[in-house]
Amino acid sequence: MSELSLHRGISVQRIGAMILRYWYLLMSSWPRLLELLYWPALQIITWGFLQLYIAQNANFFARAGGTLIGAVILWDILFRGQLGFSISFLEEMWARNLGNLMMSPLKPIEFLLSLMAMSLIRLAIGVIPMTLLAIAFFHFNVYSLGLPLIAFFCNLIFTSWSVGIFVSGLVLRNGLGAESIVWTLMFAIMPLACIYYPVSVLPGWLQYVAWSLPPTYVFEGMRALLIEQTFRTDLMLDALAINAVLLAASFWAFLALLRSARKHGSLLAGGE
Amino acid sequence: MALQVLHSTAQWRKNALSMTENSKASSRPTVADSTLSAAIEVDRLVKLYKQTRAVDGISFTLPRGSITGLLGGNGAGKTTTIAMIMGLVLPTSGRVQVLGHRMPEESAAVLGRMNFESPYVDMPMRLTVRQNLTIFGKLYAVKNLADRIAKLAEDLDLNDFIDRANGKLSAGQKTRVALAKALINEPELLLLDEPTASLDPDTADWVRAHLERYRKDNNATILLASHNMLEVERLCDRVIIMKRGRVEDDDTPDAIMARYNRTTLEEVFLDVARGRTNGAREDAAR
Repeated sequence: MSELSLHRGISVQRIGAMILRYWYLLMSSWPRLLELLYWPALQIITWGFLQLYIAQNANFFARAGGTLIGAVILWDILFRGQLGFSISFLEEMWARNLGNLMMSPLKPIEFLLSLMAMSLIRLAIGVIPMTLLAIAFFHFNVYSLGLPLIAFFCNLIFTSWSVGIFVSGLVLRNGLGAESIVWTLMFAIMPLACIYYPVSVLPGWLQYVAWSLPPTYVFEGMRALLIEQTFRTDLMLDALAINAVLLAASFWAFLALLRSARKHGSLLAGGE
Repeated sequence: MALQVLHSTAQWRKNALSMTENSKASSRPTVADSTLSAAIEVDRLVKLYKQTRAVDGISFTLPRGSITGLLGGNGAGKTTTIAMIMGLVLPTSGRVQVLGHRMPEESAAVLGRMNFESPYVDMPMRLTVRQNLTIFGKLYAVKNLADRIAKLAEDLDLNDFIDRANGKLSAGQKTRVALAKALINEPELLLLDEPTASLDPDTADWVRAHLERYRKDNNATILLASHNMLEVERLCDRVIIMKRGRVEDDDTPDAIMARYNRTTLEEVFLDVARGRTNGAREDAAR
């Protein structure tokens, strides 16, 4: 893959070829397909019943119906979006196929775009049934959020891609020994993104850190919408601006790590 | 003997020149500015891994249409050299030019015109042979892809298992599939790292015959790293012997064998590996 031609001559055919490859992979293993549905379904059922229980016993949660279920769904968009991206990348490492791709005319930007497309496809397979379960079991229709849902979704998926691109670069540079970062990095964001509680709960100094993460704006925005019925455009625009910086930084980091991998011969090693 | 060596060297240079001219006359579409250039030019190439000099200032030029063997023991620097030619590893210093373009800076201009096969990479195991070839064909923008896959399946005898997952194939079948992937774009330059490793003699012979035919039919350039000396003797019109990251010798197989006063490349390899280079050369000179 040529590092220097990041923008020029992007080929839709090559991106399509990579998406086709991941689609074949997905369809070749029913346990992996089932796994995409299994965890989101388990999440929504567990948290949905918790929400029901709390709502019966606490006035605030009775008024703020759906904040927990909504948070679970949005968190899954963030988490599964990154996993969908990173697992497709890891498939290349596990299959020892990266050398074939690096030696082909595929460009890094095309590779990353195909991983983004796959993260959307994998997300759709896992999250759409999850939202239908929320409607069926808990009468919470996330689609009733309307246009704000699109703003929430875009901001979360952009963050998930930024994290996915960065950790893929780390694995490329350091081999499969760095694989655990793929599964755990997003959990480091979890307490600071204030998924289940407002930012005001955090100590003052930690709030600055929280506000540097785009998901914090999304979860605050969701609570404002569900509790106060107010759509906070300002929060979404702030999140979008930070996401733009994060995406650019993750692209830069990926290319730097790819260059470092070429320098240190990591692309030949592939393993740990 | 010295005369014989001189004659062989002169003959190799003549062949090389003739091959370059054949390449110039070839009707294959090539980029105009690169038509006159060699297939591979390596100039004072160095690769340092911390304190280890994996490749230590090697230089060579491969004319188009030639088939060259890169020999050397484990750790001699063959794989690192090939990886630098492919752009997978960045040189510490020196220059690599492939089909008239600098690597890796101008790799976008040549990656579609070359291909490779190596034991360090696999074809995805869960995909069928046809699916794998389809994906690589699309990545290389192969025209009439279905016809190309059908032709490769016929030539490389893949039809019996073309719709089987790659992970369920025998070692010999996998090697043929990897070769089909390496030939999917009808490359002008083919880099092969141990193409017949772990193959039974029959399959290995069959692969060699196919490579010979491909080079002849397409005027392709092949650089082959191998530990199989018989393979190199049979296929290559030139041999580059590497040791500790340096080029120890570079000539036609006949000339090298004559210089070391040996009848097989295997004996030459052992002389080089065991540091008997000078003695053997002195024997040859006497």
